Amino acid sequence: MISPSTPPGLLLRMYRDMIRIRKFEEKVYLLFLEGKVLGTIHQYQGQEAVAVGVCSALRRNDCITSTHRPHGHCIAKGVPLDSMMAELFAKSTGCCKAKGGSMHMGDISVGAVPAIAIVAGGVTLAAGMGLAYKLQRSDRVVACFFGDGAVNEGAFHEGANLAAIKKLPVVFICENNFYAASTPMQLTTPVGIAERAAAYGIPGVVVDGNDVAAVYQATVTAVARARRGEGPTLIECQTYRTVGHSRGDAGTYRPKEEVELWKQRDPIERLRRSLIADGAAENEIAAIEAEADREIETAVAFAESSLPPQPEDALLHVYGEGVTP
Amino acid sequence: MKRLSIAEALREAMREEMLRDERVFLIGEDIGIPQGFGGAFTVTLGLSDEFGHERVVDTPISEKAIVGAAVGAAMMGMRPIADVQYSDFLFCAADEIINQAAKMTYMSGGTVKVPMVLRAPVGATNRGAQHAQSPEGFFMHVPGWKVAVPATAYDAKGLLKTAVRDEGPVLIFEHKRLYGKGGRKEAGGLDLTSGIPDEDYCIPFGQAVVRREGADLTIVATLLMMHRSLAAADLLAQEGINIEVIDPRTLVPFDNETMLASVAKTGKLLIVEEDNLTGGWGAEVAARVADSGFDLLDAPIKRLASYDVPMPFAPVLENFVVPSVDRIIELARAMVKGKV
Repeated sequence: MISPSTPPGLLLRMYRDMIRIRKFEEKVYLLFLEGKVLGTIHQYQGQEAVAVGVCSALRRNDCITSTHRPHGHCIAKGVPLDSMMAELFAKSTGCCKAKGGSMHMGDISVGAVPAIAIVAGGVTLAAGMGLAYKLQRSDRVVACFFGDGAVNEGAFHEGANLAAIKKLPVVFICENNFYAASTPMQLTTPVGIAERAAAYGIPGVVVDGNDVAAVYQATVTAVARARRGEGPTLIECQTYRTVGHSRGDAGTYRPKEEVELWKQRDPIERLRRSLIADGAAENEIAAIEAEADREIETAVAFAESSLPPQPEDALLHVYGEGVTP
Repeated sequence: MKRLSIAEALREAMREEMLRDERVFLIGEDIGIPQGFGGAFTVTLGLSDEFGHERVVDTPISEKAIVGAAVGAAMMGMRPIADVQYSDFLFCAADEIINQAAKMTYMSGGTVKVPMVLRAPVGATNRGAQHAQSPEGFFMHVPGWKVAVPATAYDAKGLLKTAVRDEGPVLIFEHKRLYGKGGRKEAGGLDLTSGIPDEDYCIPFGQAVVRREGADLTIVATLLMMHRSLAAADLLAQEGINIEVIDPRTLVPFDNETMLASVAKTGKLLIVEEDNLTGGWGAEVAARVADSGFDLLDAPIKRLASYDVPMPFAPVLENFVVPSVDRIIELARAMVKGKV
């Protein structure tokens, strides 16, 4: 049910991060309905195993690029929940000082580049980040998250091709949730996503994206290859978002049976059953969940008690330091 | 002190910056191929021999990847100098330029910097509509980018060095007809050189230069149009008309003060640009003078720009579309004589 050979301690840590993501997203949804979280949100429920499996295979100083659906990636990479929640509340203590919002969530100090909400926009940037690591003689790698819709953007092709020909230390993570917003993949994508790797001469693998250990193991292999200077890998993680594309999307374009089927494959439930089968104590798991609840309560309190930015702060951070027009 | 063309000055600036700072590297198409071109206009010729192919990165024909990779590398602490072969190709990478490079620092609340340079040749040169545009105005419109427009070799070297050392993205528009010797031969090109100091120098952004002093009319112009305006001013001087010619050198930041001081003296402003009229950088400059210099003016601000058409191929058509010395003379004379 869960791929073997992942250390049990690590699986527990991954469970913790998956729970933190799930509970964070559930809380954010309620706060959104209450009007406390503004703008729009694209939520990650159902896909937690991908972010956590990938980021568990990275070092702190490795980087990720994310998408319009970034909350899970950020939590998995280690962005503090306080600053994420404050960002969603549009407070000055937010991880982007309230300049980014949900779709540009990130914290470079933990290796999370501000999320890039242009579909496939991160692919060429990730190639450049990998190029920087190569020129710096560093063994850092970048994991580039994108969805199934992104593989039909020109930027995907240009970035993947450049990374491949230059053997850049990039791991391309396609989170295939089978729908680009409401459009099902069979209407857009004639060839399997991982198969496209052949066009770039790089490995392409399909993994069960709801099996955190499988995602982790595939990423470990790809990261090792990247650190050896052998170039990128394309990992297609097949998963499902059990919520709508964005706020207010009831997901009516998806068959009920399909949604139900995927709910039964819930990555968190699967990991929990596996942990218990492997001897983890129920109370240990309950403690992890209770701690996540407390952390989220604290984050909400932090966000609520933080100050909004000054209106004039809108004029800051347009240019790098140096000459200001 | 030696004399260099713009092509040579840009090459020397890149070479010196690469020697000074190991974070600086070049990325683009055809820039370092052995026995190759040295970029579309030969500016990078020889640099891969000296610095190797790791720091002179030849790419596939992938403008999105060139600019996107420069953004990504810059975010990770490098100082890329990227180039596209013709400024028309900037539009292929519009997302990377406008949504990524320009917004990353802002979206991150100032925590991520994008210190990159993007070089792009502009100007009509009998190549037809897709290798001809002067799109400075498009990019001047994007908060986050600084925009430099060097019309002399001295400025090209000093502005490129400032660009490399800036903490944010900088676009440098170079004119195909101004590269000069050591560049690719262009019909109608001007073969100009500047005295280049032996020591390292940078030119601060936002400082215009008065290229020629005069009391009767202010012309603000960049790149090739600046040189045509100087030629026009020389000829008008023979009629006793004294034109002041201002070269802004950077469009973002723009030196409003030098321009307003000149308009205070002459009372008349003519803006000459190679971009087509509607929405060009000249429109912004005219609006600024109308806004903060209205009382200084004793005549309407005039703009002389290319007509609002895609750039045609035939020399007879192209020469009709792009402002010529004769057209500058005609309009400037009419303005001074109060006839427009």
